[in-house]
Amino acid sequence: MSGLVRVFRSSVGAKALMALTGLGLLGFVVAHMLGNLQIFAGPEKLNAYAATLQHMGPGLWVARAGLLALLLVHVGTAHHLVRANRAARPVPYAGKKDIATTFAARTMWMTGIVVLAFVAYHLAHFTLHVMNPEFSQWQDAAQRHDVYRMVVEGFRVWWVSAIYCVAQFLLGVHISHGASSAFQTLGVRHPRLAFLKHGFGPLVAIVIVLGNLSIPLAVLAGLVGKQGV
Amino acid sequence: MRFTLKVWRQAGPDAPGAMQSYEVDGITPETSFLEMIDLLNERLIAEGKDPIAFEHDCREGICGMCSMVIDGVPHSPERAVTTCQVHMRSFRDGDEIHVEPFRARAFPVLRDLVVDRGALDRIIEAGGYVSVKTGGTPDANLIPVAHADAERAMDAASCIGCGACVAACPNASAMLFTAAKVAHLAHLPQGQVERAQRVRAMVEQMDAEGFGNCTNHYECMAACPKEIDVEFIALMNRDYLKASLAADDA
Ligand code: HEM
Ligand code: FES
Repeated sequence: MSGLVRVFRSSVGAKALMALTGLGLLGFVVAHMLGNLQIFAGPEKLNAYAATLQHMGPGLWVARAGLLALLLVHVGTAHHLVRANRAARPVPYAGKKDIATTFAARTMWMTGIVVLAFVAYHLAHFTLHVMNPEFSQWQDAAQRHDVYRMVVEGFRVWWVSAIYCVAQFLLGVHISHGASSAFQTLGVRHPRLAFLKHGFGPLVAIVIVLGNLSIPLAVLAGLVGKQGV
Repeated sequence: MRFTLKVWRQAGPDAPGAMQSYEVDGITPETSFLEMIDLLNERLIAEGKDPIAFEHDCREGICGMCSMVIDGVPHSPERAVTTCQVHMRSFRDGDEIHVEPFRARAFPVLRDLVVDRGALDRIIEAGGYVSVKTGGTPDANLIPVAHADAERAMDAASCIGCGACVAACPNASAMLFTAAKVAHLAHLPQGQVERAQRVRAMVEQMDAEGFGNCTNHYECMAACPKEIDVEFIALMNRDYLKASLAADDA
């Protein structure tokens, strides 16, 4: 076994891998949210942004491959860690009282699985158009894919919006523990950086949940995409 | 005071175990928890039954032997105490009290409340020491240590190795114990020579013993009778990653 593999198979190394890939995914989640918030600037802005992404050529595939790698390593390592952690206490307590831990920390694998399922649903919905093949046809006046209309029509279906809202909330729960936990795992120690290990996770989680929820909620409230788009 | 005790009874390492109920009465509030079990055991012996096996030694909070989970928390829900320092005045008359052994794959139950914590000793053997040439006693304070470092080293060194961190951790991880031992020596000049090698060896041994992985629940710090800081876990994480990624793999 090469040295590097051995490091990342150790408990501390595997946790570092979780933290690094988690923070990578978090970076994507933030960038993805900021990009999509352009919907509030109107169809022109959003469709132009989407077209720019689409025309990154090979860059697009490099980014997708990178994200997929992050996700695979994160999920694969999570699977390994969760199994090892269960094996570490074969006989459970008859009654164990938790003092310090949080709901978010105790449910990381559950929220993780929901996020994974949501990512699959989201890609099928807005990237592959599995449920709504007509999305592919929609073009705006500049012959670009009309992403604005797709999002508005997509979120007007209340239960679709509901799925997104629940998933975002659970993603937020995952991040509220994960984004703080990651800095402890990576050994951040400077007192001036202490907030990274405490308030940071809940803070980014709130920003992400509110930012992402604002889109379906604005559509349902009629604030975005009035008058048949 | 009277109490109903539900205690884990297990005749041997491979015997099946179960919670068993005992009534104790006439206990004074100043009786310690272990004295209460002593009284119960005297009664059990008089009745010709097996007394409850449990570990203890100093009974003054310094040896770390008195391992048991009381009402779901290692060393009882009272903060920053070992089991031997818990007194019955902390409970209400008539309480039902649950007593279980520390639970972890790396801490096999030997009998009743006694578990084998040899895994912690093996982690120390792997690197929790400094190598020095023996000789005459060196002068105290010969090597200057900054005050802040001395304080932190002492904070870490106050770990009595009881294993409550493992028992409290939802993943049965020994990170707080190992981190305290790593950090204790990492804060002192004498610990620098073997610092990289030590952290790697101790983490490897910890993994080999079958402890779980830290998920940063911080249950360990909450249960620790010496309130060892999870800050030391961050130190160990950093030292381990630095030592493993930077070191020439000898
Ligand atoms: C965009 C998506 C995701 C983000 C931003 C994210 C972020 C994070 C972060 C920052 C951590 C903390 C690592 C640490 O404690 O050091 C973490 C932990 C974790 N993640 Fe994710 N994650 C995502 C998706 C997933 C998915 C899809 C799964 C699995 C099915 C998952 C399962 C877990 C688990 C189980 C942990 C705790 C691992 C442990 O035991 O240490 N995550 N995540
Ligand atoms: S018996 Fe020594 S610490 Fe409790």
